Amino acid sequence: MIRNNRIYRNNEVIWETPEDQSLPDFLRAAYDHFSGQYPKFHKMDHLSKLGWLAAEVLLQHRPFTGYAPEQVGLVLANRSASLDTDLRYFDSIKDFPSPALFVYTLANIVMGEISIRHGFKGENAFFTSDTYDEGLIMGYTRQLLYEGAVSAVLCGWVEVMGSAYEVILHQVEK
Amino acid sequence: MENLMATLKAQIVEQLNLQEVKPEDIGDDMPLFKDGLGLDSIDALELIVLLQQHYQIRIANPEKGPEIFHSVRTIADFITAHQQQNK
Repeated sequence: MIRNNRIYRNNEVIWETPEDQSLPDFLRAAYDHFSGQYPKFHKMDHLSKLGWLAAEVLLQHRPFTGYAPEQVGLVLANRSASLDTDLRYFDSIKDFPSPALFVYTLANIVMGEISIRHGFKGENAFFTSDTYDEGLIMGYTRQLLYEGAVSAVLCGWVEVMGSAYEVILHQVEK
Repeated sequence: MENLMATLKAQIVEQLNLQEVKPEDIGDDMPLFKDGLGLDSIDALELIVLLQQHYQIRIANPEKGPEIFHSVRTIADFITAHQQQNK
Protein backbone atom coordinates (compact mmCIF):
# COMPACT_ATOMS: atom_id res chain seq x y z
CA MET A 1 0.00 0.00 0.00
CA ILE A 2 1.21 3.54 -0.74
CA ARG A 3 -0.46 6.42 1.10
CA ASN A 4 0.60 9.74 2.67
CA ASN A 5 4.21 9.32 1.51
CA ARG A 6 4.47 5.96 3.25
CA ILE A 7 5.00 2.59 1.64
CA TYR A 8 3.56 -0.40 3.49
CA ARG A 9 4.07 -4.11 2.88
CA ASN A 10 1.87 -6.56 4.78
CA ASN A 11 0.58 -3.62 6.87
CA GLU A 12 4.06 -2.55 8.01
CA VAL A 13 5.65 0.74 7.00
CA ILE A 14 8.82 -0.20 5.12
CA TRP A 15 9.78 3.26 3.86
CA GLU A 16 8.56 6.82 4.28
CA THR A 17 9.36 10.45 3.57
CA PRO A 18 7.99 13.61 5.23
CA GLU A 19 4.28 14.05 4.54
CA ASP A 20 4.81 17.53 3.10
CA GLN A 21 7.07 16.23 0.32
CA SER A 22 5.46 16.73 -3.09
CA LEU A 23 4.24 13.70 -5.01
CA PRO A 24 6.86 14.03 -7.81
CA ASP A 25 9.67 14.25 -5.22
CA PHE A 26 8.24 11.34 -3.24
CA LEU A 27 7.99 9.20 -6.39
CA ARG A 28 11.58 10.00 -7.39
CA ALA A 29 12.89 9.25 -3.90
CA ALA A 30 10.97 5.97 -3.77
CA TYR A 31 12.29 4.97 -7.19
CA ASP A 32 15.87 5.71 -6.09
CA HIS A 33 15.34 3.71 -2.91
CA PHE A 34 13.59 0.65 -4.30
CA SER A 35 14.78 0.37 -7.85
CA GLY A 36 16.91 2.65 -9.98
CA GLN A 37 18.25 1.25 -13.24
CA TYR A 38 14.92 1.70 -15.08
CA PRO A 39 15.16 5.08 -16.85
CA LYS A 40 11.73 4.69 -18.45
CA PHE A 41 10.26 5.31 -15.00
CA HIS A 42 10.98 9.04 -15.36
CA LYS A 43 8.85 9.24 -18.48
CA MET A 44 5.78 7.67 -16.89
CA ASP A 45 2.83 9.68 -15.61
CA HIS A 46 2.02 9.70 -11.89
CA LEU A 47 -0.54 6.89 -12.20
CA SER A 48 1.95 4.56 -13.87
CA LYS A 49 4.73 5.51 -11.47
CA LEU A 50 2.54 4.69 -8.47
CA GLY A 51 1.38 1.33 -9.85
CA TRP A 52 4.87 0.46 -11.07
CA LEU A 53 6.41 1.28 -7.68
CA ALA A 54 3.82 -0.70 -5.73
CA ALA A 55 4.37 -3.71 -8.00
CA GLU A 56 8.11 -3.33 -7.58
CA VAL A 57 7.86 -3.28 -3.78
CA LEU A 58 5.72 -6.44 -3.74
CA LEU A 59 7.45 -8.45 -6.45
CA GLN A 60 11.01 -7.73 -5.33
CA HIS A 61 10.05 -9.17 -1.95
CA ARG A 62 8.03 -12.11 -3.25
CA PRO A 63 8.22 -12.60 -7.04
CA PHE A 64 5.67 -14.58 -9.00
CA THR A 65 7.93 -17.52 -9.83
CA GLY A 66 7.17 -20.62 -11.85
CA TYR A 67 4.38 -19.11 -13.95
CA ALA A 68 4.34 -18.72 -17.71
CA PRO A 69 3.96 -15.04 -18.72
CA GLU A 70 0.43 -15.81 -19.97
CA GLN A 71 -0.51 -17.15 -16.54
CA VAL A 72 -0.05 -13.88 -14.68
CA GLY A 73 -2.90 -11.36 -14.86
CA LEU A 74 -3.62 -7.84 -13.67
CA VAL A 75 -6.89 -6.45 -12.32
CA LEU A 76 -6.84 -2.82 -11.24
CA ALA A 77 -9.32 -0.08 -10.47
CA ASN A 78 -9.43 3.59 -9.57
CA ARG A 79 -11.71 6.60 -9.27
CA SER A 80 -10.19 9.15 -11.66
CA ALA A 81 -9.10 6.90 -14.55
CA SER A 82 -6.37 8.92 -16.35
CA LEU A 83 -7.94 12.34 -15.68
CA ASP A 84 -4.82 13.63 -13.86
CA THR A 85 -2.77 13.11 -17.04
CA ASP A 86 -5.63 14.06 -19.38
CA LEU A 87 -5.64 17.54 -17.82
CA ARG A 88 -1.86 17.87 -18.11
CA TYR A 89 -2.09 16.85 -21.76
CA PHE A 90 -4.91 19.34 -22.33
CA ASP A 91 -2.62 22.03 -20.89
CA SER A 92 0.20 21.02 -23.25
CA ILE A 93 -2.11 21.42 -26.28
CA LYS A 94 -2.14 25.18 -25.71
CA ASP A 95 1.55 25.20 -26.65
CA PHE A 96 2.85 22.03 -28.32
CA PRO A 97 0.94 18.79 -27.69
CA SER A 98 3.24 16.37 -25.93
CA PRO A 99 3.39 12.87 -27.48
CA ALA A 100 5.03 11.59 -24.29
CA LEU A 101 2.03 12.74 -22.23
CA PHE A 102 -0.51 11.62 -24.80
CA VAL A 103 0.49 7.96 -24.48
CA TYR A 104 -0.56 8.05 -20.81
CA THR A 105 -4.07 9.38 -21.45
CA LEU A 106 -5.56 5.94 -20.83
CA ALA A 107 -5.97 4.49 -17.35
CA ASN A 108 -4.86 0.98 -18.31
CA ILE A 109 -1.39 2.09 -19.44
CA VAL A 110 -0.23 1.52 -15.85
CA MET A 111 -0.92 -2.20 -16.40
CA GLY A 112 1.18 -2.09 -19.55
CA GLU A 113 4.10 -0.56 -17.67
CA ILE A 114 3.91 -3.22 -14.94
CA SER A 115 3.57 -5.97 -17.56
CA ILE A 116 6.59 -4.74 -19.51
CA ARG A 117 8.70 -4.58 -16.37
CA HIS A 118 7.78 -8.07 -15.13
CA GLY A 119 6.98 -9.83 -18.40
CA PHE A 120 3.31 -10.47 -17.64
CA LYS A 121 1.13 -11.38 -20.62
CA GLY A 122 -2.03 -12.70 -18.97
CA GLU A 123 -5.60 -11.41 -18.77
CA ASN A 124 -6.07 -7.87 -17.55
CA ALA A 125 -8.89 -5.51 -16.70
CA PHE A 126 -9.16 -1.96 -15.40
CA PHE A 127 -12.32 -0.76 -13.63
CA THR A 128 -13.36 2.72 -12.54
CA SER A 129 -15.55 3.28 -9.50
CA ASP A 130 -16.01 5.99 -6.87
CA THR A 131 -14.49 3.93 -4.09
CA TYR A 132 -12.31 0.84 -3.84
CA ASP A 133 -14.73 -2.05 -4.18
CA GLU A 134 -12.51 -4.83 -2.91
CA GLY A 135 -15.36 -7.34 -3.27
CA LEU A 136 -15.63 -6.65 -7.00
CA ILE A 137 -11.87 -6.83 -7.61
CA MET A 138 -11.40 -9.97 -5.56
CA GLY A 139 -14.51 -11.59 -7.09
CA TYR A 140 -13.25 -10.88 -10.60
CA THR A 141 -9.79 -12.17 -9.65
CA ARG A 142 -11.23 -15.36 -8.13
CA GLN A 143 -13.25 -15.95 -11.29
CA LEU A 144 -10.13 -15.62 -13.47
CA LEU A 145 -8.32 -18.12 -11.25
CA TYR A 146 -11.32 -20.47 -11.11
CA GLU A 147 -11.69 -20.50 -14.90
CA GLY A 148 -7.99 -21.24 -15.27
CA ALA A 149 -7.47 -18.07 -17.32
CA VAL A 150 -4.50 -17.24 -15.09
CA SER A 151 -2.68 -18.76 -12.11
CA ALA A 152 -1.54 -15.56 -10.38
CA VAL A 153 -2.92 -12.04 -10.29
CA LEU A 154 -1.71 -8.64 -9.18
CA CYS A 155 -4.85 -6.75 -8.25
CA GLY A 156 -6.09 -3.70 -6.41
CA TRP A 157 -6.50 0.08 -6.50
CA VAL A 158 -4.21 2.72 -8.06
CA GLU A 159 -5.65 6.21 -7.75
CA VAL A 160 -4.14 9.64 -8.33
CA MET A 161 -5.66 13.05 -8.92
CA GLY A 162 -3.39 16.04 -8.40
CA SER A 163 -1.56 15.60 -5.13
CA ALA A 164 -4.07 13.04 -3.76
CA TYR A 165 -3.15 9.42 -4.30
CA GLU A 166 -3.62 5.94 -2.89
CA VAL A 167 -2.39 2.52 -3.96
CA ILE A 168 -3.53 -0.83 -2.56
CA LEU A 169 -2.07 -3.86 -4.33
CA HIS A 170 -2.49 -7.56 -3.58
CA GLN A 171 -0.77 -10.66 -4.91
CA VAL A 172 -3.20 -13.54 -5.35
CA GLU A 173 -2.16 -17.03 -6.41
CA LYS A 174 -4.06 -20.29 -6.97
CA MET B 1 28.38 23.38 -35.13
CA GLU B 2 29.95 22.39 -31.78
CA ASN B 3 27.76 24.93 -29.97
CA LEU B 4 24.65 23.74 -31.75
CA MET B 5 25.40 20.11 -30.85
CA ALA B 6 25.94 21.04 -27.19
CA THR B 7 22.64 22.94 -27.16
CA LEU B 8 20.86 20.03 -28.83
CA LYS B 9 22.16 17.56 -26.24
CA ALA B 10 20.81 19.72 -23.42
CA GLN B 11 17.49 20.13 -25.20
CA ILE B 12 17.19 16.37 -25.84
CA VAL B 13 17.82 15.58 -22.16
CA GLU B 14 15.24 18.20 -21.13
CA GLN B 15 12.55 17.46 -23.72
CA LEU B 16 12.79 13.67 -23.41
CA ASN B 17 13.04 13.78 -19.62
CA LEU B 18 16.23 11.67 -19.61
CA GLN B 19 16.87 12.15 -15.90
CA GLU B 20 19.66 9.59 -15.71
CA VAL B 21 21.57 10.97 -18.70
CA LYS B 22 23.78 14.05 -18.71
CA PRO B 23 24.14 16.03 -21.95
CA GLU B 24 27.87 15.28 -21.99
CA ASP B 25 27.09 11.53 -21.92
CA ILE B 26 25.65 11.82 -25.42
CA GLY B 27 28.34 11.41 -28.07
CA ASP B 28 28.16 13.56 -31.19
CA ASP B 29 27.87 10.46 -33.40
CA MET B 30 26.18 8.12 -30.92
CA PRO B 31 23.08 6.52 -32.46
CA LEU B 32 20.06 7.96 -30.66
CA PHE B 33 17.88 4.87 -31.09
CA LYS B 34 18.26 1.15 -30.33
CA ASP B 35 21.71 0.26 -29.04
CA GLY B 36 22.89 3.84 -28.71
CA LEU B 37 20.93 6.13 -26.42
CA GLY B 38 17.99 3.71 -26.57
CA LEU B 39 15.28 6.16 -27.57
CA ASP B 40 11.89 4.80 -28.71
CA SER B 41 9.17 5.80 -31.15
CA ILE B 42 7.53 8.23 -28.70
CA ASP B 43 10.90 9.91 -28.23
CA ALA B 44 11.08 10.28 -32.02
CA LEU B 45 7.82 12.24 -31.90
CA GLU B 46 9.22 14.40 -29.09
CA LEU B 47 12.28 15.14 -31.26
CA ILE B 48 9.97 16.30 -34.05
CA VAL B 49 8.23 18.59 -31.53
CA LEU B 50 11.65 19.83 -30.37
CA LEU B 51 12.61 20.87 -33.91
CA GLN B 52 9.29 22.69 -34.35
CA GLN B 53 9.39 24.33 -30.95
CA HIS B 54 13.01 25.49 -30.83
CA TYR B 55 14.02 25.75 -34.50
CA GLN B 56 10.69 26.34 -36.29
CA ILE B 57 11.43 23.39 -38.56
CA ARG B 58 8.73 21.00 -39.73
CA ILE B 59 9.80 17.64 -41.13
CA ALA B 60 8.23 17.71 -44.59
CA ASN B 61 9.11 14.11 -45.44
CA PRO B 62 8.63 11.67 -42.52
CA GLU B 63 10.63 9.03 -44.40
CA LYS B 64 13.72 11.18 -43.82
CA GLY B 65 13.23 10.82 -40.05
CA PRO B 66 15.64 7.92 -39.44
CA GLU B 67 18.36 9.75 -41.38
CA ILE B 68 17.80 13.12 -39.68
CA PHE B 69 17.51 11.70 -36.16
CA HIS B 70 20.35 9.20 -36.38
CA SER B 71 22.63 11.19 -34.06
CA VAL B 72 23.09 14.65 -32.59
CA ARG B 73 25.45 15.47 -35.46
CA THR B 74 22.90 14.52 -38.14
CA ILE B 75 20.24 16.65 -36.43
CA ALA B 76 22.68 19.57 -36.23
CA ASP B 77 23.56 19.10 -39.92
CA PHE B 78 19.87 19.13 -40.82
CA ILE B 79 19.19 22.28 -38.79
CA THR B 80 22.23 24.06 -40.27
CA ALA B 81 21.25 23.11 -43.83
CA HIS B 82 17.68 24.26 -43.20
CA GLN B 83 18.82 27.60 -41.76
CA GLN B 84 21.20 28.23 -44.67
CA GLN B 85 18.45 27.37 -47.15
CA ASN B 86 16.16 29.95 -45.54
CA LYS B 87 18.69 32.82 -45.39
